[in-house]
Amino acid sequence: MTRRSALPGFAPAMSVTMAWVGLIVLLPLASLAARPWTMGFAGVWHSISEPRVLAALRLSFGAATLAAAINVPLGLLIAWVMVRYRFPGRNLADSLIDLPLALPTAVAGIALTALFSRRGWIGGWLALIGVKVDYTPLGILVALIFVGLPFVVRTLEPVIVNLPLDAEEAAATLGASRGQTIWRVVLPSLAPALLAGFGAALARGVGEYGSVIFIAGNMPMISEIAPLLIVIRLEQLDYAGAAALGLVMLLVSFVILGLLNLLQARMARRPA
Amino acid sequence: MSEQVLPGLVPLAPTTERPLVRTSLIVLTLVLLVIMLVLPMAIVFVEAFAHGATAVLRAIADPDAVAAIELTLIVAAISVPLNTVCGVAAAWCIGRFRFRGRGLLVTFIELPFSVSPVISGLVWVLLFGANGWLGAWLDRLGVRIIFAVPGLVLATTFVTFPFVARTLIPLMQDQGRDEEEAALTLGATGWQTFWRVTVPNIRWALLYGVLLCNARAMGEFGAVSVVSGHIRGVTMTMPLQVEALFNDYDWVGAFTMAGLLSLLALVTLVVKAALEWRIGRPGGGWL
Repeated sequence: MTRRSALPGFAPAMSVTMAWVGLIVLLPLASLAARPWTMGFAGVWHSISEPRVLAALRLSFGAATLAAAINVPLGLLIAWVMVRYRFPGRNLADSLIDLPLALPTAVAGIALTALFSRRGWIGGWLALIGVKVDYTPLGILVALIFVGLPFVVRTLEPVIVNLPLDAEEAAATLGASRGQTIWRVVLPSLAPALLAGFGAALARGVGEYGSVIFIAGNMPMISEIAPLLIVIRLEQLDYAGAAALGLVMLLVSFVILGLLNLLQARMARRPA
Repeated sequence: MSEQVLPGLVPLAPTTERPLVRTSLIVLTLVLLVIMLVLPMAIVFVEAFAHGATAVLRAIADPDAVAAIELTLIVAAISVPLNTVCGVAAAWCIGRFRFRGRGLLVTFIELPFSVSPVISGLVWVLLFGANGWLGAWLDRLGVRIIFAVPGLVLATTFVTFPFVARTLIPLMQDQGRDEEEAALTLGATGWQTFWRVTVPNIRWALLYGVLLCNARAMGEFGAVSVVSGHIRGVTMTMPLQVEALFNDYDWVGAFTMAGLLSLLALVTLVVKAALEWRIGRPGGGWL
């Protein structure tokens, strides 16, 4: 900044901000980054390469990826209908989409468990065709689809609103069918947003705890998610082991999100 | 778009879907929303009232339930104002000034959103727990943070940290600083300018951020679960009480507490919709 600012308050506001960010965000995260190494490099490696840990990480990342992938077409459908169509109850339906974000995860967890239990409204029907959701990995998927849906819808909606109609008109004028226009014109311009929504839902799903643990059954090696394993290690007073697992989760998430960001930037640059 | 087709030109293909397709997509969407969102919401209230209204009232009047409600309100009453003040301060710096490291600061502010709730609790245990960095020292002083109310406040503050700042930063960047500079030129003091110019300009977005911050603060489960120690009547917030009652097979109690939290969620959504109707959907927010 070359000229002196006429606006006051920068220094005090900045001090408050720095103190807050430092004490509430950076100091605690620094303790997470430092703690695992108290057991040495070999100790950390041993701690995170246990079969039970690897199974939990595979489950958390795998289920979150699958749930996010399922949420992409669901979210696209919902966002498209909300933006492009007018029908009675649209505003109500659109407000409802944020429910999984407003609802405490523990409430979502017990509600989904009740819904998908053998005697529940949905579980009862699924039991007839021999599908069991509660206390299985399938339950984890159901919970992650629930919490991830708004991320895809809300990422897509503003992009669909701003989609230039003249591209669709041009395609139509040139003789493309509506299906061809959607496939060749609309979807390619939505691709970066679809990827961003996928990434946001994935990031949420990887760390999700409250909505999952009630319905998952939490069997080690089968339906035990990584965040739960952190809680278990803390209960056993294995602080360094808990921190090591937390650090691995965080780093893998950041790498995945970074790669998705790169891919998204590349897609956005590519001429349509 | 004209429906008219000039002679010699190919007839225009439609730029929207056929009516039948539109109707089916709308119906499909509504069915999906009912299954995915309405049913989970409805079953909470149905299960709560499974044994009638008296059972619900008894569940609410239970001393542990009352203690959980009080504790939830206390924690939110500390975390939300703290994050509001700091969120406004951060948005003031980032939205109104240019300085080196601005992008980095925004990244730091948003960091808690990409951290698992369990890790958000874990970091405080690592700092203040019995085996933590400062645990032994605090123990000598007789200060308890983990398995006590301060831990719940810290975990909640971490988790809800970004809401207010994230809602305000894009808005304050767009607004620029002309109005404040005009007020200052006309002789207003810094605080007068802030209260009479800045606050009226950002109040609805501020309320939006506080609303989302509060909903998350009262509903947070994973982070507080790690630092709570689950002492009934002492360190149990409402979401933790839901879990405890559910694990005790007290379904009426669990779903009654869950019903109260669902009401909070529904009120949040209604106020949020009202605010969006007024100011549009601000960037940031929940995502």
